[in-house]
Amino acid sequence: MSNNLRILVATKRVIDYAVKIRVNAAGTAVETANVKHSMNPFDEIGTEQAIQIKEGLEKAKTGKAEVVVVSCGPAKVQETLRTALAMGADRAIHVESNDELQPLAVAKVLKAIVEKEKPDLVILGKQAIDDDSNQTGQMLAGLLNWPQATFASKVELGEKAMTVTREVDGGVETIKTALPAILTTDLRLNTPRYASLPNIMKAKKKPLAKLTVAELGVDVKPRLEILKVAEPAKRQGGKMVESVDDLVDKLKNEAKVL
Amino acid sequence: MLPITRRLLANAPRRLQAVSLRPNLALTTVARASVTASITRSAFSTFSKASFAATLSKDKAFTADKYPHLQRNQEFKKLADDDLAFFKSILAPSALTQDEGDLEAFNNDWMQKYRGQSKLVLKPSTTEQVSQILKYCNDNKLAVVPQGGNTGLVGGAVPVFDEIIISTANMSSIRSFDNVSGALVCDAGCILEVLDNHLAERGYIMPLDLGAKGSCHIGGNVATNAGGLRLLRYGSLHGTVLGLEVVLPDGTILDNLSTLRKDNTGYDLKQLFIGSEGSLGIITGVSILAPKRSKAINVALLGVSSFEQVQNAFKRSRDELSEILSAFEFWDKASIDLVKQHLVAGANDPLESEHPFYILIETSGSNKDHDDEKLNNYLEGLLTDEVVQDGVVAQDTTQFNNLWAIREGIPEACSKTGAVYKYDLSMPVPVLYDMVEDMRTRLDENGVLGEGKPVKCVVGFGHIGDGNLHLNIMAEKYTDEVTGLIEPFVYEWTAKQHGSVSAEHGLGLMKTGALHYSKSPSMMKLMRNVKDMIDPKGIMNPYKFLP
Repeated sequence: MSNNLRILVATKRVIDYAVKIRVNAAGTAVETANVKHSMNPFDEIGTEQAIQIKEGLEKAKTGKAEVVVVSCGPAKVQETLRTALAMGADRAIHVESNDELQPLAVAKVLKAIVEKEKPDLVILGKQAIDDDSNQTGQMLAGLLNWPQATFASKVELGEKAMTVTREVDGGVETIKTALPAILTTDLRLNTPRYASLPNIMKAKKKPLAKLTVAELGVDVKPRLEILKVAEPAKRQGGKMVESVDDLVDKLKNEAKVL
Repeated sequence: MLPITRRLLANAPRRLQAVSLRPNLALTTVARASVTASITRSAFSTFSKASFAATLSKDKAFTADKYPHLQRNQEFKKLADDDLAFFKSILAPSALTQDEGDLEAFNNDWMQKYRGQSKLVLKPSTTEQVSQILKYCNDNKLAVVPQGGNTGLVGGAVPVFDEIIISTANMSSIRSFDNVSGALVCDAGCILEVLDNHLAERGYIMPLDLGAKGSCHIGGNVATNAGGLRLLRYGSLHGTVLGLEVVLPDGTILDNLSTLRKDNTGYDLKQLFIGSEGSLGIITGVSILAPKRSKAINVALLGVSSFEQVQNAFKRSRDELSEILSAFEFWDKASIDLVKQHLVAGANDPLESEHPFYILIETSGSNKDHDDEKLNNYLEGLLTDEVVQDGVVAQDTTQFNNLWAIREGIPEACSKTGAVYKYDLSMPVPVLYDMVEDMRTRLDENGVLGEGKPVKCVVGFGHIGDGNLHLNIMAEKYTDEVTGLIEPFVYEWTAKQHGSVSAEHGLGLMKTGALHYSKSPSMMKLMRNVKDMIDPKGIMNPYKFLP
């Protein structure tokens, strides 16, 4: 059995998960200037999965895989691509755009890349932690008319097919699909590796191709308009009560639950 | 696992549209934090503190019984009803603790090494109350022990006999912050992490950081001249503390809460109290200079083949990273073995293979692109010249926290291994690790080191940048035989290198007798004169600090 695959992994540069988010003064977006950005955690899992598939094939001597990472956005997204290359991806594609990119636009861009690269498998994070849309993978499957396996927590690759365990409400579901297909990652799929020094150095020499949205001929015009962005209401601090009577009184008159 | 989840949930507003994702992301972190089990930078101390209460043993020996050479000074009055009546007249009922169970947490240090027999804890909330208490105690010859977060490692903050504990726990308000100079003025009982969070919102940072930051009080930090992880960058508290408010034993309030950077008018008296360990008075207020918080922070973990190469890497970091270098920590293989053994479940080791030594480098600066370039050039140089064998660079905050958690997990892992003999030494960097190797050889030659023997292992870690070694020796239990093999050998060895027997932990009860290894008779005599002048009745933290 021999398996030669090309795996395309989509990655997004987002505000680091640990940063405390602030809404801008105008209430139209969150502050992104001078804020730490990292690769979307679900995309890190996707990159790790692609590399594990590649390493698995090489180790078992049953085939080879090429891991291609792609990201859309301004020049800064190249940082994210370099991270993926340092983790072990083979080459990167940067689709440059300085416009706001909504899920449908990204799905269209990715469709154009898929048509160019002809991958056997496209891996995406189930959602990006900045807008939490959870749409791009599904839209891409629709545009390509490919099968999709979303929210994957386990992936086993066969010849021209894969078995995917998905996390669904109340349990897990195992499905089998033919390749090519779309895979979106859930949290428990794997633990992404650290970028090692030798790999960070190697990553600098790996190819990073640049394309523009215009070159791909994709219309990325936003279809949705954001009306307002607001922070959740602040949680009220707890109160100490002096006595049981006091507690009962507060439950009755302030909380109005009795 | 709880601390991580809670910390993340506290950040919940960051993803505005999807509150539901937060618990999931918390799970990611838990999975990825496997190297470090449940310990994160901020959770570490809380963890220790929590397990502390659970492990208090009722039958643990009192310090006074363990160290029979210590005798209660019979000139000190024993607590009587009239004393309690006075304290009740000036403090709210909740500010007095007399319940035997509640007293345990104040009488024991968190290492479970020292146990006092105090019958009373006072928690004043104002400087005036502290002044009234001390004046009364001084007039009536009642001995006292000032206590902050009780996170000390040398038994300095717990009583030896029946000294009254004066806790700064109820003095926790932030008095002022100057957004231009960065001068922060606060009560002594403010928790270090609370202050750091307060400053973070304003773009500043506390100039010190240590593992116990979730519990320790700033007053205690200053009283013990705590060092920690940021000393390399921001210097010691002798430089960053701008002023202090101190209550002397006779009740005098010494108001020196200056926010000036420059003040050359007379003796700099505040310096006397920094590191005085409660032997001269009680610090009630602190004015400290906070630096700007760096926007870009990077962390790398490196595997190194010898201690000589650790020093090489350090030398080069001062050349190539100079102004952005903010931490340079090292540990040996024995340390990481303990961390893996005690804090790791199904670990995902950052480095693929094992190395004799590890280095953790942190840089912090104002421009990420510049810092990345400097750090990458530095690391590439180290790898090309084979100074380091392998390494990883944190790509996001999760990895950043996980790498730090390895370093901060070492003391925790040590205490899970058994009874810990902790030594905190400073000496010239080239001989730093010889100390660890000589100690291993000595214990081995005396047949006590190894599997099934009294001493399980010897580990070395610490702050290379500050010439500070933490030597931890893990034994089955504290015994005279093991103690006799370690001491005074460790102190004599250090003295021979003109080192200090206490780099940052202080003297407390543990190292009082070792002071002469680092200080000359004439210096010790002057210290004694200062103590006798300010505290003539000797009520402040007796039996400790000075021999």
